[in-house]
Amino acid sequence: MNAASPEVLTAVVERDIPHPPEKIWRALTQPHLIEEWLMKNDFQPMVGHRFNLRGEWGGVLDCEVLTVEPNRKLVYTWNYEHADAAYDLRSVVTLTLTPTSTGTHLRVEQAGFRPGQKQAYGGAKVGWQQFLEKLEQVAGRAD
Amino acid sequence: MENIEDMLFKTLADPTRRAIFERLCREGEQTVAALTARAGVSQPAVSKHLGVLKQAGLVRDRHEGRQTHYSAARAALAPLVDWTKQMTGFWEGRFDDLEDLLKRMDQ
Repeated sequence: MNAASPEVLTAVVERDIPHPPEKIWRALTQPHLIEEWLMKNDFQPMVGHRFNLRGEWGGVLDCEVLTVEPNRKLVYTWNYEHADAAYDLRSVVTLTLTPTSTGTHLRVEQAGFRPGQKQAYGGAKVGWQQFLEKLEQVAGRAD
Repeated sequence: MENIEDMLFKTLADPTRRAIFERLCREGEQTVAALTARAGVSQPAVSKHLGVLKQAGLVRDRHEGRQTHYSAARAALAPLVDWTKQMTGFWEGRFDDLEDLLKRMDQ
């Protein structure tokens, strides 16, 4: 058996938004609106529906709707298949809407599983180091 | 997904796009017209590059009257550290755009 267990990582972003949950839900579930803030897609708010998210940088994510609780909770998988294990990703995105006195508390949690990712990540990083340093110098001058 | 690091690198691999980003970093906020005047490509091409930079979280836009002003979001470079930071930065950027969208939507 593989001795190295997959690494599970979680990213969470939370924000209070001055709009009601119903309105935010529309933005999270209607394809032409999703495209405006996330990516091109063929999403449908139906459990089991499989769809793609297409980034302008050429990446295509394979997704499947897991949970639909209108105005409250939306869960879908967010997978990227890549021959190089460094970039292979299995993750689940959970969007939670909680009504507040001023609008909605919106929370996204992305839990990812990236087996064997670290080593290759380090290798890929080295080639870009010089470019990055240059870029950071440029960026640093702006302030 | 293709990680954010890849996305940032691919986004900045295009020399014209990188030049636009570097100008915004060096010179601060600018309109599309001002950027076009020195970019050496057409305004639609500049707008497209700005769209890609925006999706990568590298620039922000601000609407003022009929003009759109763009500025560099240098924090977007921070995600080149680890996956959690990458994805957190990614979603922060998406939520920025979501809030912009909500402002434009009918109730």
